[in-house]
Amino acid sequence: MATQDTGKTRRGFLVDMARTACGVALLGLGVGLYSRQAASLPAEALRPPGALAEDDFLGACVRCGLCVRDCPYDTLKLSELGANVANGTPYFIARDIPCEMCPDIPCIKACPTGALDHGLTDIDQARMGLAVVIDQESCIAFHGLRCEVCFNVCPVRGKAITLDMLHNPRSGKHALFIPVVHSDACTGCGKCEKSCILDEAAIKVLPVHLAKGLLGRHYRLGWKEKEQAGGSLVTPDTEHSYTLPEGMRYDYEGRGLITEESAGAAPYGDDPLETLKRGRGGL
Amino acid sequence: MQPGKHPGSDAVATKGWWKAHQWLLLRRASQFGILGLFLLGPLAGIWIVKGNIASSLTLDVLPLTDPYLALQVLLAGHSLEVTALIGAAIVLVFYLLAGGRAYCAWVCPINIVTDAAAWLHQRLGIKRTAQFARHSRYWILGVTLLLALITGTLAWELINPVTIVYRGLIFGLGLAWGLLLAIFLFDLFVSRRGWCSHLCPVGAFYSLLGRYSLLRVSAVARSKCDDCMDCFAVCPEPQVIRPALKGEAQGVGPVIRSGNCTNCGRCIDVCSKDVFRFDHRFDNSTSKPIAQKTEVMP
Repeated sequence: MATQDTGKTRRGFLVDMARTACGVALLGLGVGLYSRQAASLPAEALRPPGALAEDDFLGACVRCGLCVRDCPYDTLKLSELGANVANGTPYFIARDIPCEMCPDIPCIKACPTGALDHGLTDIDQARMGLAVVIDQESCIAFHGLRCEVCFNVCPVRGKAITLDMLHNPRSGKHALFIPVVHSDACTGCGKCEKSCILDEAAIKVLPVHLAKGLLGRHYRLGWKEKEQAGGSLVTPDTEHSYTLPEGMRYDYEGRGLITEESAGAAPYGDDPLETLKRGRGGL
Repeated sequence: MQPGKHPGSDAVATKGWWKAHQWLLLRRASQFGILGLFLLGPLAGIWIVKGNIASSLTLDVLPLTDPYLALQVLLAGHSLEVTALIGAAIVLVFYLLAGGRAYCAWVCPINIVTDAAAWLHQRLGIKRTAQFARHSRYWILGVTLLLALITGTLAWELINPVTIVYRGLIFGLGLAWGLLLAIFLFDLFVSRRGWCSHLCPVGAFYSLLGRYSLLRVSAVARSKCDDCMDCFAVCPEPQVIRPALKGEAQGVGPVIRSGNCTNCGRCIDVCSKDVFRFDHRFDNSTSKPIAQKTEVMP
């Protein structure tokens, strides 16, 4: 950049300006590029309830920490310099201290800038992330053991996480109680992740954009369409028919081949030897 | 170096140590006092002030928001809640009256570090350092605002030492101490008064804000000046003194009118002839008798 005493001639002035401009432009480039990197929030860092989408959040949050101060459970932290969350912004780690979902949402009320959306007044509508049963190999429910801790601690109990009962093929007679997360009710508070009994949680809250799939818009689920329309929307399949000997019919619903009682003796008995002994005349 | 011949030693000899450090001590009391208020909550559980200098809430009623940050948010394409708007307006009006860069001298924590570096610089007798143009800071200010506009985020806040250090002291320092050390060493060895007086865009913002501020330092008794140059030696922005102190012949009034003046009052301290004092900007007639007036406190 420029020295102070050379601004006297026009040339000196222009060189001065060019130097300063170049230096400052380099600084701007550096900071700009760094800001792109700093925008990549690690998946385990969750924003407070009502936080705007990450890009918007980084433009609206002034990093004052008032949300942190008004959080009654010390859930929220401000990122310190050198941490991998954009410097000075509030976040929480579900496995450390999850969000307790205060009904009056004090963190949002404290936010002076609207980086936490003041339009969010019902904490059940918060979407801080989405819980995912991310490791089915280690979740003990998948081994047929009864746990259900995540199901029971969920503040939106019975809605955000339900237990699906499935057949246990290992024992053959027990049920698996499989936790299933429902994105229409999960707030991403992280209580399930916090209380998962494993050494490393098998259920984790992820940012919604990582956790959520999206069905192609052209997909139609036939049975739902049928229900909506009150009847099949395509020509019904003609029922397949077998050509069967007299006195026999086929049950498509599951029983399979049925021999009517009135059809007389079966051509083959239970004992194949007996059939052979009867010889050809038996047929 | 001769002991007793540092800038201000004459003032200490004539006025006594306390009087020759009056404004410096008040300034430090203000800087540490404000920081102390913020720390009272997290350290002692007494919540008078919450937040940090970016935005704060005092006694649950008074919101204060840094207008420089508010401006970046607006440029990034976001609106602010009423709280932040009111807070920014209050701060804006205060510094319009008290002198924008009073923020630098009386509030900013970096000032303590850069003052220390400048003091040590003088004591060590380091002569040559790089000099940046003083207008560099306005360029940097422009770039920080442009970055907010282009990236849609508060990009500058990722590296702004002023807010990072303040926030660090209250919420957990992280590696912010490294930033402090870097600025100290930069000011000490690379460029004397480099950060606060040449590069810092926060200071540049408040310079612009304080351009027309009411509270000013005035060389009201400039005829008594004995050209000892002590005020120039201690002033972080010495270029602002000359027009006021030496401008009588050109018909320039005694009030220091540059927005770059930080209203630190150090020139008042070190002047053994009591040339300077705090005054308001309109008390600026050239042919003024040296009247005794009540001092305007910052």
